[in-house]
Amino acid sequence: MKKLILGASLLSLLMVSISVMAVEYVVAQKGKAFVENGQVIESLTLAVGDSIRFVNEDPFFHNIFSLSDLSTFDLGSFPQGDSRSITFDEAGSMEVECAIHPEMYMEVTIK
Amino acid sequence: MILTVTLGSGVAVAGKSDYLMPDAVPAPKDNQTTVERVQLGKALFFDPRLSSSNWISCATCHNPALGWSDGLATALGHEMHKLARATPTILNTGFNKFQFWDGRARTLEEQAVGPIQAAGEMNQDMGELIGELNIIDGYKVLFEAAYPGEGISEETIGKALAAFQRTVVTTESTFDLWAKGDEGAISPSAKRGFELFEGKGRCVICHSGFNFTDDGFHNLGLKEDVPDMGRYNIRKVAVLRGAFKTPTLRDVTLTAPYMHNGMYNTLEEVVDHYDRGGDVKEHLSPNMEPLGLTQQERADLVAFMESLDSIEPLSTTIPHLPQ
Repeated sequence: MKKLILGASLLSLLMVSISVMAVEYVVAQKGKAFVENGQVIESLTLAVGDSIRFVNEDPFFHNIFSLSDLSTFDLGSFPQGDSRSITFDEAGSMEVECAIHPEMYMEVTIK
Repeated sequence: MILTVTLGSGVAVAGKSDYLMPDAVPAPKDNQTTVERVQLGKALFFDPRLSSSNWISCATCHNPALGWSDGLATALGHEMHKLARATPTILNTGFNKFQFWDGRARTLEEQAVGPIQAAGEMNQDMGELIGELNIIDGYKVLFEAAYPGEGISEETIGKALAAFQRTVVTTESTFDLWAKGDEGAISPSAKRGFELFEGKGRCVICHSGFNFTDDGFHNLGLKEDVPDMGRYNIRKVAVLRGAFKTPTLRDVTLTAPYMHNGMYNTLEEVVDHYDRGGDVKEHLSPNMEPLGLTQQERADLVAFMESLDSIEPLSTTIPHLPQ
């Protein structure tokens, strides 16, 4: 019984650790560009389990999506002030774009 | 010799500089604009031998006398085949980040060889065309001068046409003069129209920057018997159903009819459409909404758009074709 309790505790600790280690990157859409920490970015490297929160700072809608081989997503259209998040749970690389403004493009590498 | 297509943007007053044309049209490193390349591209552009019928040239639809378009709601191609979309002007396409109404080509080089080979347009087999051009001595000279050692190929045909298209640009407008500080250059109505353009009219959301386009794709809620999926055919993302590229507004009075299907003959009709917030709500751009414009405000927006016309629109000479 003690072993079971100890095992469950360790498992819980491990899960909490993984949860704590996962990073949420905040990427703004500003001036029809992807911006992180005030800098325009065209690529971002993160770890499996990390997420990106896309925040629209432009006074019009954006629609972030990916049709990559690794996986696809469509965060839908959202206005200024709104945000959408996506968690990356598989290693590889993905192209992320805005459907409305396709010159907005970034490469996400998941390690 | 590298040719710089200069546009003379001048100095802008604060707040309006974003709307002034840059000094030059950008060109890729491997196809810098030269006199020889433009000369070759111009000959190809006006040459009906580029089509399988030897009857249709690029200029048939992109007619310089009709704002480098054709004045038709939708284009007529090979054997008078009626196309589904309007002929877009090639004015200022050198600035576009995406070509065609649905943005399926990234560069003018890629775009230029598309209509030549499209069955409904010029219906030409590229291999046959290259063979035909190779037995015209005049073209062999022009290609060698423009692209020494590269020969006549799909790539050099596309490059030459792109080089010519980069010289097809709008010129200074009365709006530009006003943006540089000449208060009397445009009418009070056009000035009010500019305020509406940036404010209540919401036009600038899509028609932004010096070329009055965001290089983006939007569904404007146009009534169509057979809905055209537009950009969605290129990128399967829900918001792109029925979405098309934002066209430039420069020289806009020269390029009627309007919209991707040419359904409106006048700018007044276009403004009325936006004032209604579009007609078909399914897949409508989230940026579209009813505007509640007064009759005077609608007239002011039209006056503003008219002020974007070139004071002296680009004119061109028709070349003698190589023999």
